[in-house]
Amino acid sequence: MSLLELTDVTRSVRLADDRVLHILRGVTLSVDAGEHVAVVGRSGTGKSTLLNLLGLLDSPTEGEYLLDGTSTRRLSGRRRARLRGASFGFVFQQFNLLTGRTVLENVAAPLLYARGRQFWSRNRLAAEMLERVGLGDRLEDMPDKLSGGEQQRVAIARALVRRPRVILADEPTGALDVDTGGAVMTLLDDIARESGAALVTITHDLAVAARSSRHYRLADGVLVPVTLVAPDRPGSLAEWVGDVPTLGATAEAARALPGGAA
Amino acid sequence: MTGIAGALVEAWDELRVHKLRVLLSLIGVAAAVTAITGVTAAVDMLGQAMREQTERWNGRDTTISVTAWPVTGSGDGAAASAAMLDVVDRYAVTYASRTTWGQVAAELPGGAQVLNGQMVDPAYGIIHRIAPLQGRYFAPGDAERLAPTLVVNEAFLAALGAEDLSGRPTVVLQGQQPVTAEVIGVVPDQYSGEQPAYTVLIDQADRWGLAVDPWGQGTQPPTLELWVPPADVDALRERVTADLTAALPGFQVDAYTSEGSPAVLDAASRWVVLAVSGFALLLGGLGLLNIALVTVRQRIREIGIRRSFGATSGRVFFGVLLESVVATLVAGAVGVALAVVALDLLPVDRMFGTVLQDRPAFPLSAALTGLACAAGVGALAGLLPAVWAVRVKVIDAIRY
Repeated sequence: MSLLELTDVTRSVRLADDRVLHILRGVTLSVDAGEHVAVVGRSGTGKSTLLNLLGLLDSPTEGEYLLDGTSTRRLSGRRRARLRGASFGFVFQQFNLLTGRTVLENVAAPLLYARGRQFWSRNRLAAEMLERVGLGDRLEDMPDKLSGGEQQRVAIARALVRRPRVILADEPTGALDVDTGGAVMTLLDDIARESGAALVTITHDLAVAARSSRHYRLADGVLVPVTLVAPDRPGSLAEWVGDVPTLGATAEAARALPGGAA
Repeated sequence: MTGIAGALVEAWDELRVHKLRVLLSLIGVAAAVTAITGVTAAVDMLGQAMREQTERWNGRDTTISVTAWPVTGSGDGAAASAAMLDVVDRYAVTYASRTTWGQVAAELPGGAQVLNGQMVDPAYGIIHRIAPLQGRYFAPGDAERLAPTLVVNEAFLAALGAEDLSGRPTVVLQGQQPVTAEVIGVVPDQYSGEQPAYTVLIDQADRWGLAVDPWGQGTQPPTLELWVPPADVDALRERVTADLTAALPGFQVDAYTSEGSPAVLDAASRWVVLAVSGFALLLGGLGLLNIALVTVRQRIREIGIRRSFGATSGRVFFGVLLESVVATLVAGAVGVALAVVALDLLPVDRMFGTVLQDRPAFPLSAALTGLACAAGVGALAGLLPAVWAVRVKVIDAIRY
């Protein structure tokens, strides 16, 4: 039984002119505990929507989403919120740190929604997690005093402080330069492995995606499994070496991706 | 438990982070709470001032006044006075005073002058809340002194040519026997231009023949005043009336209890003042609502981020509402503190034209009223932003 399992999931919205826009179409995806999965695709192809569905921030229009073998279809809003807080850690492209709060308060913030020991020990747990990401000496600093890479490390610490089973990273290096992005991804990979959490990374950066064990491409709302190889030279782009033409995807569509083979 | 604690921590964090916003938005609330609390407390003080003023005339609440008038128009005043003392002893009344009036000629620097005098027992000062400007009122031991002692009004002291009691001023009273009396206390004139007047102990007046009836009808029977516990008033009034009626044949004995002080301020005026303060609080609340709505809009992304942490709709709603309530409660506490300090520093009782003997403590009810109003306006002002915060779509909020 997979930890996350999407089966033939569709997400549609009705537009103002009464047309229906299909953001995701027939998406099938399973993620096991501790597995690292990357989803690549251009902007506007539904990557973030997929992440929101996985993180229980949104619901499928059609299809089934099983979390730990349990259908999420009939979960109440309250239950979804609790599951989201306990099971998922989010890392956003723009870090989304809380302004006016110190680094420590930011990392401790998710623990305000925890119960029992996690709630009462929130500052200690947050400090330990910040120590782990190398920011143990910046606990009382304000986030705006940190560099972009440091802010993303704070965000990673915050995503992991409740020991989630799944980390959902939406363009985690999108706001960082190549070198800093690489360092942040190394940290994210390592911490996720240490904690045994599954990592689902959504990115348009093939080099970032290539770090994962399984890769998918999202184009026009259709999710296609693909194979990526890691770059031979540091800093060079990953390449497509194979394309599994499922659900109507074509090699041409894959080549159209940023960094795709010509 | 952790949910409530977490919501409180969250609300407090919001206030701490947005100090300036909170401060600005809450000035109006704090000022209104100060007004409500201060006015409530001031009304209590004013009520006490009026009560004391009334009691200076009528005696304290639950004072029984007993009169004994000869049915035939003349009677033995001394016998009535003795019967009244018997009643006081019989029922062991702690605070009792006989009171009567008379005139006597006093030798003042400007010449002899016939003055109005009041004759009392020492407890009269307590029953009527007499607060001398200088010196003291009568004590029980004064009745034993050979020479009479006087408590006079300011006009009397001025007529004596004295400014204060440091020279132990005396005056010769031409009663049945001339006697030199010492002035031991000065009370305020009761109205502007009041004639010189004095008070002397009734026993000393009897001893020196100072209680001369101005109408030449012989010694008039005194009025007896008994300040008794509220629970004893009705029973004692009946017993005293019956006892004196039996002891004084030929006298019409009546007993009545002084009415309580008027409670006009406890009704209409209080409501008017509270209504004005309530309106001010409402305006403060509208200001708070305005700022709260603006800041909730600014915090859409933060709300979205918190939802990603697992914050439920209820938690978001409760958090925003609680933030407003905690803020106004803090403002309310500041407002109450300001009211306490203001009433402590300002000579409020002097503004009422009197000096309170029993200055009431700052009423707890006023403080609680202020805090309740603050919490109420906080809840009302927080309701709309809280509803709005819950209706924000999480995905849109995170991308905001």
